[in-house]
Amino acid sequence: MRLSYPVNIKIIKVPCTGKVDVLYLLKMFQNGADGVFVAGCMEGDCHFLTGNLRAKKRVEYVRRILDETGIGGERIAMYNMSAAQATRFVEAAREMTERIRELGPSPVKKIMEEVG
Amino acid sequence: MVIGEGKPLQDVLAMVSQNKKIIVAGCRGCVTVCCAGGEKEVGVLSAALNLARQKDDNPIEIHEVTLERQCDTEYLEQVRSFIDEYEAVVSIACGAGVQFMAEMYRKIPIYPGINTNFIGVTEQQGVWAERCQACGNCKLHFTGGICPVTRCAKRLMNGPCGGSTQGKCEVDPETTCGWQLIYDVLKEQGRLDKLEHIIPVSDWSTSRDGGPRRIVREDLKL
Repeated sequence: MRLSYPVNIKIIKVPCTGKVDVLYLLKMFQNGADGVFVAGCMEGDCHFLTGNLRAKKRVEYVRRILDETGIGGERIAMYNMSAAQATRFVEAAREMTERIRELGPSPVKKIMEEVG
Repeated sequence: MVIGEGKPLQDVLAMVSQNKKIIVAGCRGCVTVCCAGGEKEVGVLSAALNLARQKDDNPIEIHEVTLERQCDTEYLEQVRSFIDEYEAVVSIACGAGVQFMAEMYRKIPIYPGINTNFIGVTEQQGVWAERCQACGNCKLHFTGGICPVTRCAKRLMNGPCGGSTQGKCEVDPETTCGWQLIYDVLKEQGRLDKLEHIIPVSDWSTSRDGGPRRIVREDLKL
């Protein structure tokens, strides 16, 4: 389909969103990500049965932590799409990019840049 | 095992607000099993503290360590070589671990990163429930293996009370009456006659009423 998605998106591949750990998500923010979204399979369609449902709970957990830290829970999201739904992926990437653009850069990133 | 849960991040942030260099110390014992203070939680708490402090332009250096147990001196000894380089420790062991570390290392503050709640069991993954209050005088043989001290809100030794309605406790309609549970299990076992045995007034001196408790085993002492 040759669809293009925003160039600011960096993709980290995992075998299943069930592999996405709370610590991975937090480290992304520590390393300066302005926002993170987890793209999992459709609910009920996980090859490993519940990987995407587990990821969903972890995303919610990290959202609470981000709210507590003041970084803002709206900087993380979970989207569900099948491997054949490239358009849905692009839609999610654009939606997330727009949302983060409105929020501005992560306060953590700003300090990292100042430190150099 | 001892069950705990993480303190709100804002509470921990307030404890370390004056510190720039701290240790976050976990424990591989009970709190690892109840997902409150193990290696994973050390990582999560450290990351959260780091993020919050970086956001406020007040970064904090965190040394992450997880000891085999914090309720034994030989494991607490393992931080001796580097603890003096830090201004404070946030221990996410149970209250016993936090205190034992504070006893061993008196030069810097040892802060509790979790709340210690009870002695309990894992009912299902992510769900823990209280089963023992460490009263020091176990009566489970009279009560069908169900503890009236823990499971009855009034700690009645000869229940149930009048507040037991349709098997639920008047304190909380979600809580099953402990004495209903005791009755049910004794009935199943054909041992309802046990309920005719009046458990005498408890001697609470073996519990908290007798002050801090201690056990000495001369046969084991070195």
